[in-house]
Amino acid sequence: MLDNIQMHMLTEVADLHGVPEGAYNFRVNGEKAGRNTTANIDIATKTDGKSGIDIRIKDGTKNESVHIPVVLSESGIKETVYNDFYVGDNCDVVIVAGCGIHNCGNQDSQHDGVHRFYVGKNSKVRYVEKHYGEGDGKGKRILNPVTEVYQQADSYVDMEMVQIKGVDSTHRITKAELAEGATMIVHERLMTHGDQVATSVYEVKLQGKGSSTDVISRSVARDNSEQVFEAAIVGETACSGHAECDAIIMDKAHVVAIPKLDAKDVDAALIHEAAIGKIAGDQLIKLMSLGLTEAEAEAQIIGGFLR
Amino acid sequence: MLELQNVTYTVTENNIEKNIIDHMDLVIPDGKFVVITGPNGGGKSTLAKTIMGINHISSGRLLFDGEDITAKNITERAKLGISFAFQQPVHFKGIKVIDLLRLATGKNISKDSACEYLSKVGLCAKEYINREVNNSLSGGELKRIEIATVLARGTKFSIFDEPEAGIDIWSFQNLIQVFENIRKTVQGTVLIISHQERILNIADEIVVIENGKVAKQGAKADILPELLGTASAVNAACSKLDPKGGF
Ligand SMILES: Nc1ncnc2c1ncn2[C@@H]1O[C@H](COP(=O)(O)OP(=O)(O)O)[C@@H](O)[C@H]1O
Ligand SMILES: [Mg+2]
Repeated sequence: MLDNIQMHMLTEVADLHGVPEGAYNFRVNGEKAGRNTTANIDIATKTDGKSGIDIRIKDGTKNESVHIPVVLSESGIKETVYNDFYVGDNCDVVIVAGCGIHNCGNQDSQHDGVHRFYVGKNSKVRYVEKHYGEGDGKGKRILNPVTEVYQQADSYVDMEMVQIKGVDSTHRITKAELAEGATMIVHERLMTHGDQVATSVYEVKLQGKGSSTDVISRSVARDNSEQVFEAAIVGETACSGHAECDAIIMDKAHVVAIPKLDAKDVDAALIHEAAIGKIAGDQLIKLMSLGLTEAEAEAQIIGGFLR
Repeated sequence: MLELQNVTYTVTENNIEKNIIDHMDLVIPDGKFVVITGPNGGGKSTLAKTIMGINHISSGRLLFDGEDITAKNITERAKLGISFAFQQPVHFKGIKVIDLLRLATGKNISKDSACEYLSKVGLCAKEYINREVNNSLSGGELKRIEIATVLARGTKFSIFDEPEAGIDIWSFQNLIQVFENIRKTVQGTVLIISHQERILNIADEIVVIENGKVAKQGAKADILPELLGTASAVNAACSKLDPKGGF
């Protein structure tokens, strides 16, 4: 049974208010806390000695979902977990991951999740990953996710990565390799505050003809926090890639955006856009002229930006 | 009633001081439909921003309903009942049309009532309500949404800065109707900056601003013929629709 804190973390990271429909695997403080499989989606504990699970989704599975949230509510847990997703051909599924850390103690809590996705031909995957941290202990809340995506022909992967609150340190690495006609969309939303540090590195290899990617990051850096966004798109053939980093910088924060485009074919069309700046003065003025205070206007602008 | 007493707004450019608003005295009476016009660069938008509190004046006083608002900020003036539709609408990221209308009304209004404000400015509401207020909307669409936010506030003093700018000829007809309706239904004071004869034509009063000063102010019947040369020119001009041209 999950306690209140654990339930609250599940709501934060997976919008869950109870046991979800479909397949799921709950991991709480390093232990399996619940699992359900369906006729089409199997979840099995790894047998190779590593911690983690294998998720296998049968060919043709449509309109099903898998939830695999992780909660750390004891101070001082450090774990590396390997989760492998084998998505068959012609699927249309939603995968909700996410990690919530509640750290009231003085020891660091750290979850390093290594997620690998093998996406079959013509399959569509929507992946949502939320990070959330809370607790007033001195111990740090650390998340270092590694995501690898291998997309077969004509597959479509849409990833939403969200980290709005409470994670002290993140180093995110996302790598993808796309075959013919495959598409990968990434929407990252990030807010850092206090002394938080967040690094996000993307490397998308467009290997198949007509493959495409759009990596979009929107972030807000406040207080003394630091963010590094690095997006590398490699175009090995006729393909199209677009990366965009749009950051609002506040207070004494520090934001670095590093674009890297690598075209190996004349028909590789790659674009990178990066913008870092403070909240636009005219946006504040407009909202204040509607009767909002400056602080209210700021909150609305940031809320919209990170939506 | 809004009153400017000897108001000056000065900017410094290349070490040269310039009075964009130059010792201006102006009274805008209650419940009137007042159109401000005058040459480009005369200081009309600057005046509007000065009333809203966006520009800080160098000297003089502003009174609103007898209260000295010179030291009040934008939010405070907005709460006292002043609204302003910008000449150049602001773009946002992630804020939707419905959000802006809700912020404008200060209430969590339903989609239906938000749609009513959009219909008033001639937008087919359902298509727009969930759109982001960004450059995926055309200039004319943004402009009409901007006007709708001021209608949604429904304050006793509303300023519209060149509402016709960027609006196509078909929507222009519609926009004139919007302002004719405002003229009939709004209890408060409406201040419109415009070059449009058809808007000038529905004014109670016209104020001409040039070089940061009030060059002329008076009833439409007195000022408009002067602007157009002769009284007969008014009739001739009114019979043809020419939204692009000003006076
Ligand atoms: N902050 C500023 N700095 C320098 N010049 C300004 C500033 N604000 C306005 N101006 C100048 O003041 C003049 C009046 O501008 P504006 O009020 O926009 O005119 P209008 O709306 O009547 O066309 C213009 O010449 C404009 O360039
Ligand atoms: Mg102007």
